[in-house]
Amino acid sequence: MTLPLLLLGISIISFMLLNFAPGDAAEITLRRQNGGVTPSREAVADLRQELGLNDSLPVRYGRWVSNAVRGDLGESYRSGGSIATELFRRLPATLLLAATALALAVAMGIPLGVMAAVKRGTWVDTACRLLALVGAAVPSYVLAPALMLLFAVYLDWLPAIGYGSPKTLILPAVALSFGTMAQLMRLTRASLLEVLGHDYMRTARAKGLSDSVVVWRHGLKNALLPVVTVLGTSMGYLLGGAVIIETIFGWPGIGQFVVTGIFQRDYPVVQGFVLYVAILFSLVNLAVDFTYRWLDPRIHFGGTFN
Amino acid sequence: MTLNTLRAMRRDPGSFLGFAIVAVVILAALLAPLLPLDDPTELDLKRKLLSPSTEHLLGTDHLGRDELSRLVFGARTTLLMSAASLVIIMTMASVVGGLSGYYGGWVDSGMMMVVDLLLAFPALILGVAVAGILGPSLINVMIAVSVVWWASHARVIRGMVLSARRREYVEAARAIGASDTRIVVFHISRNIVGPFVVLATLDMGWIILGIAGLSFLGLGAQPPTPEWGAMLNTSRSYMQTSPLLLLAPGVAIFLLVLGFNLLGDGIRDLLDPTTYR
Repeated sequence: MTLPLLLLGISIISFMLLNFAPGDAAEITLRRQNGGVTPSREAVADLRQELGLNDSLPVRYGRWVSNAVRGDLGESYRSGGSIATELFRRLPATLLLAATALALAVAMGIPLGVMAAVKRGTWVDTACRLLALVGAAVPSYVLAPALMLLFAVYLDWLPAIGYGSPKTLILPAVALSFGTMAQLMRLTRASLLEVLGHDYMRTARAKGLSDSVVVWRHGLKNALLPVVTVLGTSMGYLLGGAVIIETIFGWPGIGQFVVTGIFQRDYPVVQGFVLYVAILFSLVNLAVDFTYRWLDPRIHFGGTFN
Repeated sequence: MTLNTLRAMRRDPGSFLGFAIVAVVILAALLAPLLPLDDPTELDLKRKLLSPSTEHLLGTDHLGRDELSRLVFGARTTLLMSAASLVIIMTMASVVGGLSGYYGGWVDSGMMMVVDLLLAFPALILGVAVAGILGPSLINVMIAVSVVWWASHARVIRGMVLSARRREYVEAARAIGASDTRIVVFHISRNIVGPFVVLATLDMGWIILGIAGLSFLGLGAQPPTPEWGAMLNTSRSYMQTSPLLLLAPGVAIFLLVLGFNLLGDGIRDLLDPTTYR
């Protein structure tokens, strides 16, 4: 699917989400302005006309999307503030958390996977296999309170919640990255084991290169291709996990914003959030595709996306 | 699954452990009302946050309910919700993937476009949004998980059907005049049932994590229904004084997901094309 078509589809799904939401936007807005008093039927009808809520679905979609393109995602039902402004203000905190988690997962997962493949069949390999099994079965919302209990309550080494200093980033980032780390490790191991069996590896060894040069330079370069392809998916997974992690650690990102929005029935916030993250995710996937093409010149996409 | 499969699994400690965990949890969930347990929803503030004792093996929660009882009854909620979601997901994926793979052409392009579009959203993000907009309830969480999860499987099943369609037995069936329905139901589905079972078993772990995660956020099970994700969320407020309330549902989620993953891995190894038949 080409990127413009994908963005069109994303915007349609995001727009339709709000259509399934209960409640009438005009009534909710008036109720907020009147301080909770139920507005008269005439007032609601007038505002509906004014906001264009009586228009047909395609017309409303056109208006919504043209506003969204100009960076206007509407107003919050609760505060009346601009949703786009609030999302933009909170985005850096979420990106910091997700990017740190991804960096941690890559920095730990890939070397561990290489170790497991090189030391195949030894206790190192077994330990890594166990770690992969645990990583796939321990969700971040179980790990996060457990880490909090150990490092903040019992040992008192790190703050349990908060935002601002590097110390507050450690627990949320570790809790978020663990599953992805285990997955990258497992993939690196499998991919490297396959590569190590190829002829060019034997050639490299035969021409007298040391084991470490063979593995790290010749082997890993080829083994990393499948690992790079899942990085986009991993980022999507981490952005999703960030919603839960931000709620647990009181991290002021867009995930916390949307969870608060959900419980206040502030549906335009949910809609704007979904649109924002889906576009972000598509751009990450595009970047991954380009990296992939750069790593492997044999692949040509011919202008298609995905 | 045949008896032979089970016998072969006994030789692999990993998948046997997985089978054992899953079997124990399913049994406990089925027999929960017959076990000597307290009512999981009965409040008694006089006995709140008790430490473990012979009377309450895992202590009591902040409303004086027996933690072990809530854990066992919580297994019912989790298993029932996850199994129902799995059925919905695999049905949707089979219908879309099957039609796509079998007919190809514009049916395929159209359906795969919808699939690609759904996959353009990170699953948990769309799940949170759908569940949030539908409103907090277990049924809505089930709908949300199903809506976001079927797409990737539709793609896999399409691939399986696509490769099965080109095989000689399909050609033979068509030559003797079998209808499309008959070919799909009797010939193709029988030949992809192995990978299908692996896909479903490995998926249970993810579905359990998804449902418990949404419940953890408060979108799923509502009080007083016992559910592991919701129990985990409530117990966070009491982690300093009663860490067991936090650890018990956490360990339960971990073990059950581990069990399904090990079981799925084991079945996959058994059905591996290189050893299969």
